[in-house]
Amino acid sequence: MKKAQAVLADKRKIAKDTYEMELTVEEMNVIPTPGQFAHIRIGNGSAHMLRRPISIADVDPIQNTLTIIFKVIGGGTNELSHCQVGDELDVLIGCGQGYPVEDLAIQKALLIGGGIGVPPLYYLAKRLREQGIEVTSILGFQTKEHVFYEKEFSLLGGVQIVTNDGSYGHKGFVTDVVPPVSDFGSYFTCGPTGMLKAVTHQLKGQKGYISIEERMGCGIGACYACVVPIADGEGFRKICKDGPVFKAEEVVL
Amino acid sequence: MSLRVDLPGLSLKNPIMPASGCFGFGREFSELYDLHQLGAIIIKAATQEKRYGNQTPRVAETASGMLNAIGLQNPGVATIIDEELPFLQSFDVPVVANVAGSSVEEYVHVARKLSESELVHALELNISCPNVKEGGIQFGTDPDLAREVTYKVKEVSKVPLYVKLSPNVSNIVAMAKAVAEAGSDGLSMINTLTGMQIHLPSKRPLLANQTGGLSGPAIKPIAIRMIYEVKQHVSIPIIGMGGVTTAEDVVEFLLAGASAVAVGTANFQNPFVCPEIIEALPQALEKYGFTSVEDCIGKGHPHESSYLSRT
Repeated sequence: MKKAQAVLADKRKIAKDTYEMELTVEEMNVIPTPGQFAHIRIGNGSAHMLRRPISIADVDPIQNTLTIIFKVIGGGTNELSHCQVGDELDVLIGCGQGYPVEDLAIQKALLIGGGIGVPPLYYLAKRLREQGIEVTSILGFQTKEHVFYEKEFSLLGGVQIVTNDGSYGHKGFVTDVVPPVSDFGSYFTCGPTGMLKAVTHQLKGQKGYISIEERMGCGIGACYACVVPIADGEGFRKICKDGPVFKAEEVVL
Repeated sequence: MSLRVDLPGLSLKNPIMPASGCFGFGREFSELYDLHQLGAIIIKAATQEKRYGNQTPRVAETASGMLNAIGLQNPGVATIIDEELPFLQSFDVPVVANVAGSSVEEYVHVARKLSESELVHALELNISCPNVKEGGIQFGTDPDLAREVTYKVKEVSKVPLYVKLSPNVSNIVAMAKAVAEAGSDGLSMINTLTGMQIHLPSKRPLLANQTGGLSGPAIKPIAIRMIYEVKQHVSIPIIGMGGVTTAEDVVEFLLAGASAVAVGTANFQNPFVCPEIIEALPQALEKYGFTSVEDCIGKGHPHESSYLSRT
């Protein structure tokens, strides 16, 4: 984890309340792995004392750029969405542990994302394809207005879109379209806790990795704000430092 | 410009230290900068047995501050002594151990273990944690209980004791006097104020614990006021805390009567805030006409000479 001074190079609204930002990082001395998050300071004064953990949707280590995607939920993300091209941002990059990419020894991967859990799976999908792994993605959103990155994912493999209200793609939840017979070597999921619970329940016994969302304090493992109990014994894991990605059977959601 | 301050048990090269609970046991921050730069380190609270703490969510941002309800999660005093404290010895920085408990016996046990370890330079007695069901804050809101636990801990401690006061009281001077009479070597003030935030979409308290401790710049004026009041009535030195984010905030705490300052919530906003404040402090002191940290302590009082601490 390193502190980086970043400049907002591009900003796009890609769906309802959802923004994509390209950040140019002065010195990319840590190259984030898929699933790691960027911990971003909001404003320069003391109005916002907590950074926001934001998903990384792509990294270009040659151009020194990070692509982040976030949804405006409250005051902090709203302020972030109002940053203008050229503004400087104070970002901690390379936070936490991401999805394994290098040592998977699998041929096929199933990616299951929900809402603002979709962005890290895009960076993951690109890296998996580089390893020669076939990727199928199931992406869930609230409504048609919330859907983003369908085309981007489709360039990397099969994509199925699910909306809760049925206004686009399949109506229902991501678990409704998870294949009953699995021919994938491992699944990778990121989204709200309810979705993670449903997915891990449905795919019990399969090898899989989950990424957990939680309100964070320091984001570096010092404050014990974001913890999750481990499945085996009485211990715990720190989501910001030991996660946010865990093996599906490692923690209790 | 001398930043040096000498307090009971603590020879500080500068008056800046991370506050308890905001810095873990130092490992994470040691990966970001050399902890040797710090005046001291106050480690996360220790209890007799390990504690898992509260359910999540445990934190919520508020205007210029945050609420937390961690619930004193820690691996227990024995593990802290065996596995955490030895790591901090290499930095040559005084270590202050925060002592928590839910009974006088537990406070005494934890304090005895930590002070006998010879790995800490002082104890901070946490009688003010608002986030645990039993103990903790009741000792911090009743002067008689505070006096008793301070006296009992002082009896067994081989290192100086700083009692950490809660702001959740109507008469902070009475609390300060009680623990000073019981032998506390210093005061640490203030802990967080009890607060709550309602999550609008769910219409329920956001924190799993419902209430949490409010910290950050939002509480700084309360900390300044309480330190100022206590300084007028109690002669033991004060480690001040509550919303410090800049070197100018440190000057303000020194003027109010603090002899050193702990930085808490600001570490979350900017993990490099402690070394940045230390670097900026000489200029801030000079700007307001001071030639050293000690020169500034208590100078916010009209007749400051009569209130000067024994440092």
